Amino acid sequence: MSDPKQEEALLRAANRRYWRSNVRIMIVLLLVWAFVGLGCGVLFSDWLNQFHLGGFPLGFWFAQQGSIVVFVVLILIYAVALNRLDARHRREVDEIRRPEAGGGGG
Amino acid sequence: MSTQAWTFVFVGASFALYLFIAWCSRVRDTKGFYVAGQGVPAAANGMATAADWMSAASFIGMAGIISFLGYAGGVYLMGWTGGYVLLALLLAPYLRKFGRYTVPDFIGDRYESNVARVVAVICALFVSFTYVAGQMRGVGIVFSRFLEVDVNVGVVIGMAIVFIYATLGGMKGITWTQVAQYWVLITAYLIPAIAISIKLTGNPIPQVGLGSELADGVPLLAKLDAIHKDLGFAAYTESFTGKWDRVNVFCAVLALMAGTAGLPHVIVRFYTVKTVKAARWSGFWALFFISILYLTAPAVGAFARYFMIDSLHGKTEQQLPDWYHSWERTGLIAWLDDGDGKVEYHPKVAKPTAENPIRNELYRRGSLSLTEFEAIRLEHQRWLKKERGAESGYAKLLAAGCDGPDRDIMVLATPEMAELMSWIIALVAAGGLAAALSTASGLLLVISSSVAHDLYYRVLDPSATERQRLFVGRSVIGVAVVVAGLFGIFPPGFVSEVVAFAFGLAAASFFPAIVLGIFSKRVPTVPATLGMTVGIGFTACYIIGVRYADMSPWCFGIGAQGIGAVGMLFNFIVTLGLTPFFAPPSPETQAMVERIREPDIGEP
Repeated sequence: MSDPKQEEALLRAANRRYWRSNVRIMIVLLLVWAFVGLGCGVLFSDWLNQFHLGGFPLGFWFAQQGSIVVFVVLILIYAVALNRLDARHRREVDEIRRPEAGGGGG
Repeated sequence: MSTQAWTFVFVGASFALYLFIAWCSRVRDTKGFYVAGQGVPAAANGMATAADWMSAASFIGMAGIISFLGYAGGVYLMGWTGGYVLLALLLAPYLRKFGRYTVPDFIGDRYESNVARVVAVICALFVSFTYVAGQMRGVGIVFSRFLEVDVNVGVVIGMAIVFIYATLGGMKGITWTQVAQYWVLITAYLIPAIAISIKLTGNPIPQVGLGSELADGVPLLAKLDAIHKDLGFAAYTESFTGKWDRVNVFCAVLALMAGTAGLPHVIVRFYTVKTVKAARWSGFWALFFISILYLTAPAVGAFARYFMIDSLHGKTEQQLPDWYHSWERTGLIAWLDDGDGKVEYHPKVAKPTAENPIRNELYRRGSLSLTEFEAIRLEHQRWLKKERGAESGYAKLLAAGCDGPDRDIMVLATPEMAELMSWIIALVAAGGLAAALSTASGLLLVISSSVAHDLYYRVLDPSATERQRLFVGRSVIGVAVVVAGLFGIFPPGFVSEVVAFAFGLAAASFFPAIVLGIFSKRVPTVPATLGMTVGIGFTACYIIGVRYADMSPWCFGIGAQGIGAVGMLFNFIVTLGLTPFFAPPSPETQAMVERIREPDIGEP
């Protein structure tokens, strides 16, 4: 039913979309990584030390506790977001390959 | 039962467990041998990665380093955990999708060159041998401290155990042994940490205890800052003190992060899971399990620091605590009085003068032999009695680099500081051995796969049969164990620079090459190979120059630990700068890059 050439073009577009979303998620997470790890933990740690979190000076807390917690959370978000993106991509590809099985058909 | 008897029981039981696991997971093919048949569940792989990652240095050394460095100890905490974010986001899923066995495999295939492959093999071997030698030494040291055997005998026992389970089960045996080792080491780490946290702050969670108040209502960290200033040290929580200025902290953190993401024994762990999805999850699990120890280490460091100063400074001989006496025997700590009968602890004075004399009385035996050390101590006692010709021991111990207590004492003595039962002290010994053995076995496998798979099979004899390849793989582990053991018994100078060398070189070579290989389809062979060579060449020369040839750190004052970040920058600049002048990679390679970027949906 579908034209193989058109199908290939659609697949390629889907792959491009997937890759772009992937890179976008990655860049956002890496910006947070750099801001917290290299920023709060190192570059502005002396300035942050004037604030306190309980008994911790804030810059010191970021360097020895906070950054690590943020890193764990970042990877968790990445795993969840990317595995979802994968699932969405798989659905898109299935629809392109079998248009009759898609939402519009029956 | 005595501590030593308990130690025999725990160490013996844990070794028996490792060997039993190895026997249950014997393998018969190279896929099982190198990547555990690619069937390891994500959480188990995360645990194995954590054990693989946390070495004797993390287990015994890190809290001690933090304890003496204060804020700057965060360099290691952030560097060694932040690297996992890079690894999980930039490398792990793609390398799993690529689906081969080793890091040089990827470099060689992506850059279509056996030269690049061999450069990668050499980097992997150098990094792994530097690292594994330190582990073997660590095994020996744990044995000698807890079981009072010779360091070298300890190294040989460690060699034998690793040899058996690594050759029998390859990656599969190593993975499941590491899962067991993770539980041994984390339990051994947490129990003393929780106990000392309760003792000092009344809070059972060490991470919360670190920010809590002591019994007198003053926050622990504020008290520690005040004590440090009184004794002449920089405040514990103050950023950027001494040689750890802003530039150096920044570069060292960056080099450790990129180096972590480029270390071959960590990367290969992500080849062992079933799918790309599982690779992402195991990145999370790995850092989750690592963070349990790394979030506890700064608490142990600060608690032990406070406890040590509080129970020693200003005390007389009769008031010294029991833990001091038991660790004095090992030479990790020593007190040379100045005649007033009270212990004094102060920072090192590099050039003593009349206004700024040496006031510190706490030292360690360090690399001095027992007889050398006793000679210094006896002469010091004669000097105290003003005998003619006798000299004070301070200058001599300073010259031998023995100022202050040994850093390792911070973890090793915590159970006794917290007055825990003797069986817990024995558990710490088993934990230290688990940390050292798990890291050593992971590294030995990388060495084996680099030689047997990348050099022998992929370059020298691509027609080798499965049986031959497996045989070569096992033999190389055998040889590597012996070489690593010899390095452990006769440590060459560069082994003490594990952090600078292994991480600096991995950051400057592998990390840029792999990232560009995945995220650019355009970067071809020559620029990538030159980039790796320049990065590793610059970094290695600079470290050797600064540490061994008295070269001044001319590059913005950056020390050996942070120079890998600059080497990495050079690698990126050279590779990307040269790329426009060379033809793009072949269509097949470009298709391969396309393929590793796609999620695995075509597979049944």
